[in-house]
Amino acid sequence: MPDESSSVLDDFRQGSVTAFEAIFRQHQRAVYGWILRIVRDPAAAEDLTVECFWRIYQARARFDAGRRFEPWARRIATHATLDWLRARRPERELTAEFLADLPAARAGDPGVNAEIRRKTADAFMRLPPRLRVAAVLAVVEERSHKEVAEALGISLTAVKLRVFRALRLLRKDLERQGITP
Amino acid sequence: MNAHDEDRIKELLQQALPRIDTDTDADAEPDRDLWTAMLRRLSGQSGGEHASLPWFDWALLAGLAAFAVFYPVTIPVFLYYL
Repeated sequence: MPDESSSVLDDFRQGSVTAFEAIFRQHQRAVYGWILRIVRDPAAAEDLTVECFWRIYQARARFDAGRRFEPWARRIATHATLDWLRARRPERELTAEFLADLPAARAGDPGVNAEIRRKTADAFMRLPPRLRVAAVLAVVEERSHKEVAEALGISLTAVKLRVFRALRLLRKDLERQGITP
Repeated sequence: MNAHDEDRIKELLQQALPRIDTDTDADAEPDRDLWTAMLRRLSGQSGGEHASLPWFDWALLAGLAAFAVFYPVTIPVFLYYL
């Protein structure tokens, strides 16, 4: 079931900037939120939201008006974000602001101190982007494997495999740092 | 890695990285109007289409055209090398 009026989507496909603005304003929060979940950096998420909608506008002729806009936009957003992550240095240091925002340890886990959480987050940022995206969506954000598969344009099995490989690499990295999970 | 290890790593990861709830989290909204940036991007593209041919390409074309006007016998030579 389409989530836009068909006339707006038709106008958008024809290149109408007015229709594009209507679609942009309706979906920008969802697209921004999806990107933010992956990159965890508000400024980067803003830039990537614009990049994503730019790609959406360029690909407008390929949009199937009979389908929902949001999953299509989410897939484009995920790929734009993956491209951005690949273009960055893999060993990026976490910002102090990010580290300050780390949540407190959950009750019942007194052994997990801030140092371990920081090292875990650091190790996670060192994972290859395609594994990181699958793991952050499936494990941290607890999105269904089906949703992650749709966003990445891969099979359910591939999602499970990427999550498994991400967790295995993470475990190895933590063990190298002397942390035995 | 067994299922217990996997669960333990998942748990560690969930503690290390905050889950972002876009429905309730105030930070899960852009700080600025992104449509302005989008419009800049759109207008940059339309401007870029007009400026896609560098000035020296136009100068070269003009030079060749002038040469062909003053020395028409060279036109077959140019055509041969195209």
